[in-house]
Amino acid sequence: MKTLEEKILDNRSIRNKTILSFSFFILFLIACFAGWNWLQNQPNDQGALKPLRTVLNANEKIFSAILSNDHLAKTYPLSAAAVRVRKNGDAGLKGDFDPDAWKLQLIRKPGDTLFIGLEEIRSLPRTEIVFDFKCIEGWSQVTHWAGVKFTDFTKRYGLDEQTLKKYTGLHTPDDQYYVGIDNKSMLHPQTILCYEMNGKPLPLNQGAPLRLIIPVKYGVKHLKRIGTIYFSDHRPPDYWYERGYDYFGGL
Amino acid sequence: MPSKKIIQKHPLAIRWFHWINFPVLAVMIWSGLLIYWANDVYRLGWGDRTVLKFFPDSFNKALNIPFRLAEGMSLHFVFMWLFAINGILYFFYLLFSKEYKFIFPNKRSFKEAWLVLLHDLRIKKGLPPQKKYNAAQRIAYTGVIFMGLGSLLTGLAIYKPVQLNWLCSLLGGYEWARAEHFILTLLFSLFFLVHLVQVILAGWNNFASMIRGFETRSISAEMKSSDANSTQPSGEKDITNAAT
Repeated sequence: MKTLEEKILDNRSIRNKTILSFSFFILFLIACFAGWNWLQNQPNDQGALKPLRTVLNANEKIFSAILSNDHLAKTYPLSAAAVRVRKNGDAGLKGDFDPDAWKLQLIRKPGDTLFIGLEEIRSLPRTEIVFDFKCIEGWSQVTHWAGVKFTDFTKRYGLDEQTLKKYTGLHTPDDQYYVGIDNKSMLHPQTILCYEMNGKPLPLNQGAPLRLIIPVKYGVKHLKRIGTIYFSDHRPPDYWYERGYDYFGGL
Repeated sequence: MPSKKIIQKHPLAIRWFHWINFPVLAVMIWSGLLIYWANDVYRLGWGDRTVLKFFPDSFNKALNIPFRLAEGMSLHFVFMWLFAINGILYFFYLLFSKEYKFIFPNKRSFKEAWLVLLHDLRIKKGLPPQKKYNAAQRIAYTGVIFMGLGSLLTGLAIYKPVQLNWLCSLLGGYEWARAEHFILTLLFSLFFLVHLVQVILAGWNNFASMIRGFETRSISAEMKSSDANSTQPSGEKDITNAAT
């Protein structure tokens, strides 16, 4: 049976041991305060304290390693989908916009840009998904979307070489909202260039005529009203990343 | 030379785990508050009636919590590593050092915990014999280890609900996992308050043992008490007044 060790010790030794221990303890407390202070006074890196940003970037490496095409976001029956779909941001959706004049600008490489109309995108294989859309704020909602799988889109427009690069960048037509997404996530089988919600064409405030639906990411990455798509080996600019959020935003 | 008896209570490693966990958990709870604010949907109540909103606007305002989601997330997803690593090392230390024998409840603990509770509430005098921890402490401290594990798992489930789909489903889905993570945080806060009160009530000798490792006992008092408790089996020497 395990018991507590006991012994007789003279008062002076007890006193010395106590002073030594408490000195260490007070040093530890000071170190905690100093560490916290040091952290708060570190320079910013894209809106986050630099040491924290370093760890967030390391987290991205760790968690993109477990990102797999076999790990699918849970899907739901159509009846589970919300009728009133929540929407948060409208950055990139302000100002005049004529959806009928819209064409998707696909930059395959410098000097090689395709302009693709919605009818052409609608003619590609159609994929539907009902999944739990997750906002970075902490709420989630089961919603129903349809469009073309990004992998079907890349097949149609010969983007194999482009998707070997690390990132895809997307901008709204007015360049006011923009995201960068790792291509491993873009090529995930549930990633969709979406033109329908609840079986009807996307409403304007949900990103008509074309938005991104990418269930392996937080909502901030599901860019509404896609204007431009391009590819890069370096992180494309990202609206919320610049405001202190994690670049990866992966779920 | 005047001497005292010392009783080695907390090994050095456990003291380190304990005191590292304290500021780390504080940062986790603080950054959790910053994150939770962005979708502060939980409340105590039924129907339209709300007894307590988590959290009242005055609370958020007083602590300057609003509009700090990005900051909260960056802190939470950095300090989570320290919380997890410290907790896991602590758990394995308990197992390999056999310290768990002092902490995990035994078959008497659940019955005795009532006696401890009645004693602490001043309803009944006298405590059942104990070693390092009394029965109520065993249950509370083992519970808090499981709460730590629970926070880790529910946290992982809401951090990577797609990649760890199985874990998220096991916990009842995304929204449930978030609620569980929140409730565990409330329980941690409650534990902390009770722990603090108990430490204050138990006094200096007990508090000091979490820093220097040992409690002291005057030798004459010890001889008297061992006379009085001569029927107690050897090796079952209890630490009286160690109520925390």
